[in-house]
Formats: sequence, structure tokens, C-alpha cells
Amino acid sequence: MSTAAASVTTDRQFQASAKTGADTNAPVRIAVKGLNFYYGHFHGLKNIDLNFHDRQVTALIGPSGCGKSTLLRTFNRIYSLYPEQRAEGQILLDGMNILDPKIDLNDLRARVGMVFQKPTPFPMSIYDNVAFGIRLYEKLGKSDLDDRVETSLRKAALWDEVKDKLKQSGMGLSGGQQQRLCIARTVAQRPDVILFDEPTSALDPISTGRIEELIEQLRDEFTIAIVTHNMQQAARISQFTAFMYLGELVEVGPTDRLFMNPTERRTQDYITGRFG
Amino acid sequence: MPALTETIVLARTRATAARKGPSKNLDTLFRACAYGAALLVLIVLAGILSAIIYGGLPAFQQFGLGFLTSSAWNVGTEQYGALVAVTGTLISALLALAIGVPISLGIAIYLTQLCPNWARKPVAMTIELLAAVPSIIYGMWGLFIFAPLFARFIEIPVSNIVEGLPIIGTVLYARIPSGVGVLTAGIILAIMIVPFVASIARDMIDQIPTIMRESAYGVGCTTWEVVRFVLIRHASVSIIGAIMLGLGRALGETMAVTFVVGNANRLSASIFDPGSTIASRIANEFNEADGMQLNALMALGCILFVITFIVLVAARILTRRVRVG
Amino acid sequence: MDATNTLAAPPLAQSRVRPGRRRADAVLRGFCALATLLGVIVLGSILLMLIVQGVRGFTSTLLTQPTPGPGSEGGGIANAVLGSLVLTTIGIVIATPVGVMAGTFLAEYGRTSKLSFVIRFLNDILLSAPSILIGLFIYTLMVRPMGSYSGWAGGVALAIIATPVIVRTTEDMLSLVPGTLREAGVALGAPPSTVIMKVTWRAASAGIVTGIILALARIAGETAPLLFTALNNNSWFNADLMGGIPNLPVMIYQFALSPYPNWQQLAWAGALLITMTILALSVIARVVIKPQRAR
Repeated sequence: MSTAAASVTTDRQFQASAKTGADTNAPVRIAVKGLNFYYGHFHGLKNIDLNFHDRQVTALIGPSGCGKSTLLRTFNRIYSLYPEQRAEGQILLDGMNILDPKIDLNDLRARVGMVFQKPTPFPMSIYDNVAFGIRLYEKLGKSDLDDRVETSLRKAALWDEVKDKLKQSGMGLSGGQQQRLCIARTVAQRPDVILFDEPTSALDPISTGRIEELIEQLRDEFTIAIVTHNMQQAARISQFTAFMYLGELVEVGPTDRLFMNPTERRTQDYITGRFG
Repeated sequence: MPALTETIVLARTRATAARKGPSKNLDTLFRACAYGAALLVLIVLAGILSAIIYGGLPAFQQFGLGFLTSSAWNVGTEQYGALVAVTGTLISALLALAIGVPISLGIAIYLTQLCPNWARKPVAMTIELLAAVPSIIYGMWGLFIFAPLFARFIEIPVSNIVEGLPIIGTVLYARIPSGVGVLTAGIILAIMIVPFVASIARDMIDQIPTIMRESAYGVGCTTWEVVRFVLIRHASVSIIGAIMLGLGRALGETMAVTFVVGNANRLSASIFDPGSTIASRIANEFNEADGMQLNALMALGCILFVITFIVLVAARILTRRVRVG
Repeated sequence: MDATNTLAAPPLAQSRVRPGRRRADAVLRGFCALATLLGVIVLGSILLMLIVQGVRGFTSTLLTQPTPGPGSEGGGIANAVLGSLVLTTIGIVIATPVGVMAGTFLAEYGRTSKLSFVIRFLNDILLSAPSILIGLFIYTLMVRPMGSYSGWAGGVALAIIATPVIVRTTEDMLSLVPGTLREAGVALGAPPSTVIMKVTWRAASAGIVTGIILALARIAGETAPLLFTALNNNSWFNADLMGGIPNLPVMIYQFALSPYPNWQQLAWAGALLITMTILALSVIARVVIKPQRAR
């Protein structure tokens, strides 16, 4: 019922924006329609409608427990690892409903990459970490694989730091390097969409800055969704921002418009620090 | 929506780069293997139980409940009863608890509260290594080192003192002070369960939040009072679980007991006298047994299984919260 | 109670702790230290006994000749050492895949299912079940139907003892692997089996290896289950492992209680050898697990 109304408002808001980067005409890669999410009996997401545009960074903000990470975790259906969690509604990735039970989850996850809150290097060499995802889906020759690993590490701005120690364990890198390694690992698979779940919350300010720069660059190639608890970060790196509160999507729009001129009272309260 | 057509175009270009996913069959096979291996645990335990029941059934049928109450064990007349072995098993295991538990708790408290930091690791390691020594070595140590000393310094003097006294004069009197007997078995078993009980008790005490301990010291408690009112009380359920686990081990221990229990087949009121346990009797006689004797030994095994199963289930229930928490 | 008492704080030298409390405390400290000392002394005296009695048995023929027959002189324990190696190898080779896979099932697939709860429970029972009962089981299952004692029966009996140790440590170690690492693997589109084999097993590998070493240490000295399965004999064994297989634990048991001095001597040498091996394995297991804990 409110589905149609919500998406109309959203679209109008998009058009109203004329600020940097936010390309409201970019095609929609992910369209969330009437999404509800449950942890057992707890209703975690309530009737979410939201679009993610091609090669744009969309930030999800909101206070802890508002459901922003939950929403992100539906896009690659990672939640289905946990039997008590379930989602209802539609999430269309390039027009295909990924909540369809018939969908091949492994393939979906190869198309929708994810970078986690804490760096998650696998207990293997730097090279093998990056090659891990590639090897799952493609049979590449040694030199092709080497090239792909190098390109991915370059894209993650890590190549210069690790090119002489590719055979060393990924666990030996610093926190910021580990996180960039995880980004390289995700990029290497050539996904369509990359999900970032508070990727800098475990990092120091300098590493955070580098990751933010990196996300800016990755936008040229990938559709990006990022959950962050840091509003400045959302303002710095995203083209679109969605504000969530208590499992509901309160407001979404071009980032500059949303921060400068929120239409909802709750959004304004949150971004001015009155709660959260 | 203008976006829609573009979406479809994009979807198509992406689809051409379709990925060849990893094999699903391997995944299913792997899961099936894991499942099968887990089921095997269940099957083995069921197999142990049914094999022993199957072997022991003729003896139970022949002697009925009398098997439990009879102290006979006569190969010539084919008369068998479990009383001596069951009594020996229970008494030696209970003696082991009586001796071993205070020592275990003492060690756990020493390691967690009193031990200087530099010594903590090596001492803990030493105690843990006690658990690694094979039971047959405990048997040899008990028979060749401990028993002679025990006979000379405990059995003979004690027997001399208590001779003629009522009750104590029977329980603690050694007719032949050889050093082997039910009490010796209990002491060796006590040493063998100490590392297990101590290490579990130590983990339990370590898990109590430091703040509990500090607040007790903060109101002026001595170490003894902290131990008694805070630590033991907090960890009591799991420590009882650890004790049950120790009891389970003591009941079924075979080789060490076989060396030091004396392997006598008579019921004696004195704990200095030789006796036998279920496990020691099976170890001693099984290879030469056939016919009804074999069935009777299997029936003994069956009783041992039931006793230890009950004890271990109790232990597992009492220590469960520990593993979860 | 007395107002003056609380107002004027007592001088520090004059402690308010009653002597009774002090005494109880001193007794406790003394007892605990003594208990620990006792444990150390027992281990020390066991090692001393083994070294004093066992070293004399380390002759040039100890590891080259088989055990001598009753009453004959000389000999060694080479056949028993080799037999023990064979039995332990069979045991660990069977137990490792079964134990690791079962532990993997409990930790990765069936964390919360009823079946895993039951299996976890029974595995803990099996972990502490009297080993002599496992001997009886294998006797009924293998020795009687096959009509002969055999190395296979002994090996399987040892495998049954080793498996629960490996199941338990594998499960515990896999449970320590952070869930985000699994999610990261899954998020790359890897199927569960790949995540387990390439990521979680690797992350827990030190712990799993420790479990296997501990299981090895546990079965290397087991005697009771071998009494009616592998038995023992005084010659070399057949390649098909049928018939009694010489092995250290049962050899030690039989020879230590024998009337022949050279048998007793061999028993002591065997006891020293086996204990040192097992203690070394236990120490190695603890050293291996260290980096795992530090992480």
C-alpha cells in the first residue's frame, strides 16, 4: 500500500537534487520492494522500499539497532546462514528477485561482494586470499591469475605495500592493510555490487581515510552500498543516503540534500545529534 | 520508469559473463560424510552397549537378580556373582574421591590464588602431565614403589595400633600387610583422578569474574574466606560435575587397579585387605575364560557400563553450563 | 557496636582480624601448597623410578631383537615397539577422519540441532567410558567372529578411544573460529564445504592437530582394550596382522608381573620408553596450541 507512495516520493526527491555526483538518472541495480525481515519473532525490517543506483555509493545511516546492517545483509542473503532469520518481499538485482528460494546463493554472493566490519583475512597467504574467490568460479592460467591478483591489489591500493611479500600470511598485515586485502579479495571476483558493513569502524583515522578514498575510486566500476555509524563519513563518500530508524526507512535522497535539507523531522533530529 | 530497460540490458551483459560455480555434488558429499561420521559416534556407543548385553545375557538369565547379591565366583562349580567385584569397584572409587577431591581442590586453589606468577605455568604443566602418564605405569609405580612403603609405614603401624578395637580394628586391620589392597587401589586412583578434577576446577575458578574475588578481598576477607564464600560457592555445581567425571574414571580404571588391588575374590571388611574390581577381574580372567565364566564377565562389564553411564551423564549435566558459557 | 571503637581507628599494627580467621587462612594456604607439592612429587618419583629401573634395560639388543620366550636370556622389545607403532597408526588413521568430520558436523552444520545435542552428549560419555569395555566390544565384534586376535581388532579398539578426543577438540577449536570469517567465505560465493575446508579448518588447524596429538598420546599407552583384541606375543608378527600382535603396553603388563628378571628388565625399559614418548607428545601438543590461544 505505502509501497507505491514511498517510491514516488523517492523518485521525486532524486530528481530534485542537482548536487555533485548524485546521478539520479543512473539505472537502478538493486530495487528493494516491500521488504520485511524477521529474527525469529522480532520484526527487524518493516516494509522497506529503496533503490540502489548503478555506480553510485549509497550510505545507510541510523542509530544502532535500526536495521541498517540487517538490510545490507539481505542483499547477498548472508542472513540465510542462520535458520531463525528470514526475509519477505522482493529484492530485485538487475530485475531478478534474489529472495526467490530457487536462486543459486553461491552465484548471488559472487555477484554481490561484501566487506565486513572487522577485517577478515583468511589464514593463508596474501596471494591466496585474493585468488580465493577467483579460483572458485574461474579456471585461470598462472599468468592470468597473477595479473588478476595484481590488478585487484592495485585497485585496493595495496599492491605497492605487499608486492614483495605475496607469499606471506594475510594475518600478518596491519588492520588497515587487512581491510584493503579484503577489498581486493572482493574486487577480484568482479562483482556487480559491493556491500560495505561499517568497514572502518575497527580502524584508525589514517586507515579510515585510505579506505574512504578507495571507495570513491571503486565507484567508477561498482555499485556500492555502505553501512556506517559515522555521519561525516556518509556525507564524505556517498551520493545517496538512506536514514533508517527502528527498522523503518525514514528518508532517502541525494546525500547533500538529505544532510542540508532533510524533509523528515526524525532525520533532522538524528543528523543534528539530538538522538542516536 | 526509464531505468527499467537499462536494467535489463545490464542484466544481459552481465549474464554473458556467467560464472561456472563450484560443484554442488562435492558439497553434498562433504556434508554427508560429516553427518555419517557424527552418526558413527552414536552407533559405536549403541554397539558397545548391545555387545555387552548380548554377551552378559546368559549369565543374567542363569542367575537372575541373585547375580548382583551373590559373592560366589567359582569356576569349578560354575557359580558366579557380582557382589565382591561391585563392592570393590564402589569402595575403591569412593576412597579415591575422598582422598583425591580435597587434593584436587587444593591444587586448583593453589594454582589460581596462591601460586607466584612465574611458577604458575610449569606447575600447571606438571599437574597436567600427571594425566598423560599411562595407567599401566601408575600400576607399576603403585606395586613396586608405593605398596612396600605403604605396608611398612602405614599398614603395619596402623594395624598394631587398632588391633582389637571395635570397628576400626576390623576396617583398618591388615591380616597380611603386603601393601596391596582396596585402599591402595583407592589411593592410586586418587592420584590418577587428581589432574582431571584439578584442571576442571581450576578452569571453573578462573571463569568466576575477577570483580567477585576483588570485592570479597575488598571487604577484608582472607584467602580462605574468599575461597570458601565466593569461589567454591560460585563454582560448586561445576566442581561437583568435575568430581563425577573423576568418579567415572575411577570406576572404570583397569590396569593400575589390577596391579595393586590384590585380585582376591573374597569379601573383606578391612580396606587393607586385597579385593577386586569389575575391571580388574575382567582384565585378569577374560582371556582364559569360556562358557558361563565369559558370560559372567560380560555381565560384570554390563554392570560397570550402567554405573559409569549414570555417573558420566550426571557429570555431563552438571558441567554443561560451563561449556556453553 | 561500640561507638568509641569505630571513631578512634585502631592502630594498624593492632589488626582486627581474629586469630581464628588467620589460622584458618594459614591452614588453607599450607594445605593447598602441600597438595600441589604432592602432585609434583608423585610425577617426580614416577619419572625417577622409570629412569632408575629402565635405563639399565637400554642394551644394544633392546631395539633390534624381539622379546625372548619364557626362561630364555637376552632379547629386546623391537617387535613390541614395532607392533605398538602399527596399532597406534591404525588407530589414529581411522580416528582422524572420523573424528575431524564428526567434530566438523557438530561445529559447522548442526550447531543447534537436537541430533547434535545428543551426539555431543554421547561423545562426552564415550570420552570417559572405561576403555576395558571398548575391549569387550571389539572382542565381540571382531575377535570372536574372525576367530583370532588381530592387529586390526587392536587398532579399531584404539581408534574408538581416540575418536571422541578428536571430535571434542575439533568441535571446540572450530567454535573458536570467528563467525565473520565464515561469513566472509560465504560472501565470496564459496559453498559451505569449501569454506570449511579452505577457511575454518585452516584457521583451527593448530588446535585440531593438537587434538590429534593428544589422542595419539592417549592411545599410545592404552593397555586394557588391547588385552582381548591384539593380545601380545613373543615373536615378530605376520604382515596380515592376524594372530596376537606384540605391543608395548601388554608386553609391559605381562613382563612386569613375570618371575623372570630379564623380562622384568625389559618391562622397565619399555615403560621408560613409552612414558617418555607420551610425555613428549603431551608437551608438544601444548606447545602447538600456544599460538592458537594467543590469537
